[in-house]
Amino acid sequence: MTLPLTKDILVVSREQDVVLLRNRVKEHAVKIKMGLVNQTKLLTAASELVRNMLRYGNGGKAIIEVVSSGRINGIRLTFEDQGPGIADIDNAMTDGYSTGKSLGLGLPGTKRLVSEFNIKSKLGEGTTVTIIKWANG
Amino acid sequence: MLVNITSILKNKRTEILELWMKNQLSNPGLADDLISNQDLRSQSADFVNALVNNLNENNIDNPNSSDFDHVIEILGGISISRARQGFSPRETGFFILSLKESFLEILNQEISDVKDLFTQSLRLSRLMDNFTILTFETFIKGREEVIMRQTDEITDISTPVIKVWDGILALPIIGTLDSARTQVVMENLLQEIVITGSSIAILDISGVPTVDSLVAQHLLKAVSATRLMGAECIISGIRPEIAQTIVHLGIDLSQIITKATLASALQYAFKSLRLEVKRSATDNKLFNKTQY
Repeated sequence: MTLPLTKDILVVSREQDVVLLRNRVKEHAVKIKMGLVNQTKLLTAASELVRNMLRYGNGGKAIIEVVSSGRINGIRLTFEDQGPGIADIDNAMTDGYSTGKSLGLGLPGTKRLVSEFNIKSKLGEGTTVTIIKWANG
Repeated sequence: MLVNITSILKNKRTEILELWMKNQLSNPGLADDLISNQDLRSQSADFVNALVNNLNENNIDNPNSSDFDHVIEILGGISISRARQGFSPRETGFFILSLKESFLEILNQEISDVKDLFTQSLRLSRLMDNFTILTFETFIKGREEVIMRQTDEITDISTPVIKVWDGILALPIIGTLDSARTQVVMENLLQEIVITGSSIAILDISGVPTVDSLVAQHLLKAVSATRLMGAECIISGIRPEIAQTIVHLGIDLSQIITKATLASALQYAFKSLRLEVKRSATDNKLFNKTQY
């Protein structure tokens, strides 16, 4: 059972917003006493996803939540865009696959960095990615 | 019959200016430390004259008319210069809003018919509101220019290329490495390699908070470009948490020489240039003098 404790919404439309979002996520992570390594992993994951959103979805909305599951707390990040959507999610989740000219590690790498990873996408409607990183997970 | 407000305004020009000045000076929020009374008066007079001269019965309802080009130019100049001088938006807004107040006060004195007064005030208000919006637009534009300039300056000052030894360059990168920064870093680095004839470049990323796949890709590009120039590139300043993240992310940096600290990168560079750093013998005269 995952309970949201706080909610923070950020609209992302420019490259400068990446830094803003990262700082905001970091503040929350520090508040729930997340370790430095997990913090860095979460920030990197957030950075990957928000860059994806800017690059492929023309920006969108980022929701930062502190969630609680019994004894442990964590950060849940949701990234929603109204972009073109992902045609083949299985392909997109494969290392080295990219429709742009990037390394193709964004989505599969992010999945390895966080505790829970969920992606939903519909062609023509947009993509929503939700990740959770537990403070000690 | 409609009253001709433009002629009223033209005739009452001096009164309007006096009233306007009084209004502006009575504002407790006026930043009299930023602008002298005299400057304020000349700015105000310029603006009133330009506005009243260009105003006629036809263009009063059309704020986009080209007759107002000169007025808009003056207004834009005033608000941009105020943005740069550090005026608050309230002070800048008050400049034009207090003029509207003065106009309405004059109309109130001159037009006796209530209905007429209302219609004319409304027309003039609309025009002045338009100018107010314009003032804010230019004010914000002025502020944004300041921010843009600062951004450029930050990009410039945060990418120094340091010659640490003959043939060895160091490049401490601080802050987020985005496409624009990478471009500047790469240009500076390649340029310095040519100028100094260096064969080793050390990219220190101690000051980069997050290394995601995009940053890594930029680093890889910088390394390949350096190699094309015939120099070797070492990446230093990889913190433990960054190392773990890079591994989980699946970025392959095995083709690149990476070190944890700038010191060990420098040591490596010395070794490959076959240089040796030795502790000097104790019979060094200088050393002895200061020691004993």
